[in-house]
Amino acid sequence: METKQPILELKNVSFTYGTGTAYAVSALEQVDLKIGEGEFIGIIGHTGSGKSTLIQQLNGLMQPTEGQVLYRGQDIREKGFDLRHLRTRVGLVFQYPENQLFETDVLTDVMFGPKNQGLAPDEARERAAKALLQVGMPEELFTTSPFELSGGQKRRVAIAGVLAMDPEVLILDEPTAGLDPHGRDEVLGLIRDLRDERGITIILVSHSMEDVADYADRLLVVDGGKIVFDGTPREVFAHYRELEQIGLAAPQVTYIMHALKEKGLLVDTSCTTVEEAKESILQALAKRSSL
Amino acid sequence: MGIIQALGLGFEYQKYREDSETPETVRALNGVDLDVEPGEFIAILGHNGSGKSTLAKHINALLVPTKGTMWVDGIDTKSEDDLWRVRQKAGMVFQNPDNQIIGTIVEEDVGFGPENLGLPTEKIWERVNDALVKVGMEKHRDKSPNRLSGGQKQRVAIAGVVAMHPDCIVLDEPTAMLDPNGRQEVLKVVRELNEKEHVTVILITHYMEEVVHADRVFVMDRGEVVMTGTPREIFSQVEKLKSYRLDVPQVTELAYELRCAGVSLPEGILTVDELVAALA
Amino acid sequence: MAREITLGQYYPVNSILHRLDPRVKFVGTIVYIAALFLVNGVLGYAFAVAALAALIVLSKVPAKFILKSVRGILFILIVTMFFNLLLTPGDILWQFGILRITRQGVVTALRMGLRLACLVTGSSIMTLTTTPNQLTDAMENLFTPLKLLHVPVHEISMMMSIALRFIPILMEETDKIQKAQIARGADFESGNLLKRVRGMIPLLVPLFVSAFRRANDLALAMEARCYHGGSGRTQMKPLRYQRRDLIAFLVMAVFLGICICFRIFGGGWI
Repeated sequence: METKQPILELKNVSFTYGTGTAYAVSALEQVDLKIGEGEFIGIIGHTGSGKSTLIQQLNGLMQPTEGQVLYRGQDIREKGFDLRHLRTRVGLVFQYPENQLFETDVLTDVMFGPKNQGLAPDEARERAAKALLQVGMPEELFTTSPFELSGGQKRRVAIAGVLAMDPEVLILDEPTAGLDPHGRDEVLGLIRDLRDERGITIILVSHSMEDVADYADRLLVVDGGKIVFDGTPREVFAHYRELEQIGLAAPQVTYIMHALKEKGLLVDTSCTTVEEAKESILQALAKRSSL
Repeated sequence: MGIIQALGLGFEYQKYREDSETPETVRALNGVDLDVEPGEFIAILGHNGSGKSTLAKHINALLVPTKGTMWVDGIDTKSEDDLWRVRQKAGMVFQNPDNQIIGTIVEEDVGFGPENLGLPTEKIWERVNDALVKVGMEKHRDKSPNRLSGGQKQRVAIAGVVAMHPDCIVLDEPTAMLDPNGRQEVLKVVRELNEKEHVTVILITHYMEEVVHADRVFVMDRGEVVMTGTPREIFSQVEKLKSYRLDVPQVTELAYELRCAGVSLPEGILTVDELVAALA
Repeated sequence: MAREITLGQYYPVNSILHRLDPRVKFVGTIVYIAALFLVNGVLGYAFAVAALAALIVLSKVPAKFILKSVRGILFILIVTMFFNLLLTPGDILWQFGILRITRQGVVTALRMGLRLACLVTGSSIMTLTTTPNQLTDAMENLFTPLKLLHVPVHEISMMMSIALRFIPILMEETDKIQKAQIARGADFESGNLLKRVRGMIPLLVPLFVSAFRRANDLALAMEARCYHGGSGRTQMKPLRYQRRDLIAFLVMAVFLGICICFRIFGGGWI
């Protein structure tokens, strides 16, 4: 990253649940993090590692018990800072977001966010329609009740509901949970498009190492309320033995490559996707046969 | 005769939409034939809406076919007098662990089924103790389900079925809402039940890695069984699987890609070790 | 928020109170509540509070945990005390315009406050030491005579036990949906009453949808496990009175007797 100002910055952030009571539980400990424009960040960590607390710090739903959260250099706890505005700039899509749909038709539901931003009905409708088309909802479904849609469609409408607020940063907490493989690919493809076409900064929380390896440029590994690794997928998955110790794993490809190397095939062990692995293995095989 | 048998199974239902008066007929199952041997581990794959959950509910007589017949251990599931016998023989575990735990204490939940069977108190305790040990939850028996992890809750749900001494357990996407660790916990328990207790398992899932250890795999699409075979036979047909909106494990995909690029590899590679052995 | 509500949450430790038959505890709670309205005078109330303290000690549940239940009704408590304080006629102690506090007002407010606090604490001790299932078993058992009047006693108790199981889950769900809507710019805090009520729709609709889905799932799961009502059903934890239960009934009778004595002889104190 160059010296450009990050969109979001966490400085020494700690968060404790139930401070001052006997039940105080520390969920984040002295986290430092900079999130730059246009990044695609994957966050991995097992349940209870602190990753959901971390993402809620980023849009002010939770505020640090210690340290600072800066949005474009401004402390979000400063007097006069508009938290509601922050939430429209940093959109957060929770797990199973379809559980929040409530309106009588799809379009009106998606308009909820823009209307809360104070936009006029026409403008809100325009934004909602744009967001729906972007997530691949055909126009003829705009007037259907969201409750009549399939699971995958509901999920997309819910994502559109956040997207319609036109955020700069979109945080998605396990957006593919419960979807079938095809639905997973669709949602992940959609997220990639949002970054590539609209330049939205993406933060993707996922349990699937394969998914984050395929899509993210940068990975954060959270464990015990701390960021224990921060780097490209290649850099992070090189530590696959340490990842196992904290109950995580690398993509299957990483294991294949390491095993092949041990058997004497000269492959690149830092490959993290099927595509990269294929190339590397083909090269190594060609070299071996030419010897 | 198999423990689960279906012949020409069909299921149709009427769906009412808000905006139209006349109902739409939805055909969820269409001519499904099944024959499952006792002790088999069957995996059913299929994308959402392919009919796999509907099929699962037929095995437990939560739904009865509108066409064809389903037998569980030789009993026709349509026979109302045998309803409770069918449900005792074919237990069912659902997707959302929260929504199937009835008891407010782990052991009380496990006792719910045996209570319904009208067993004497001592027998209920025996079965509850035994079931909790089998799923490795005996240490948590006094806890409230709300204090358990997803994987633990799902194991409690499995124990609740095990305590009814079923011949067959149907699991309808039991891991869809769990994290990877929870998924492993649940799968381990299911495999142990199959291997040690010889319980017939029918596992519905869309995680391909969970299918690798099954004896046979059924792939469903549009209410029909479109592929059957061993995991190796199924996963050697990568293109066909993709046409049914399914995936293959990453190793299998890599092996497939390498084969396509001209590397000589056997078909349907399922594990990392197999691929490494074939290449090195 | 949801974590704060302790009423109805079983606290698993092994104490004499936990081991008592739930019917004893149920009857005991009613006796205690009756006693609260029977006793009179400083000594009487001191006795009721002392009895409560003894129960807390016997229950082995941390006192802090029990007292938290009072916090849940703090608002009601304050409102009750406030109105009693201001609206009871009698000897005026302090007056400002139409506001006046009387000696009787102070006494009534204190008495009501204390009663309410003891009542909630007392019932929490029951729910903390009894699993909801035991409790509903107890009620089903105690109310069995009502079956003769065609009251669906089993069904009611099953519904209650399920409600108890799902309250914490729905609380957590409310919390999640609320957060998700706040992330979409919803405002649950400002505005007048009407606006606030309307503002609840994005919270309530998803909550109802989810509750119905859960109810549907649960019904299927219960059927799948051969549930078919109360007939032919046996019990894993059938209720059988032990010696300790009889002793408990005896203690209760003595307690009630003392309270009646307070009623008769202790009236003049306050």
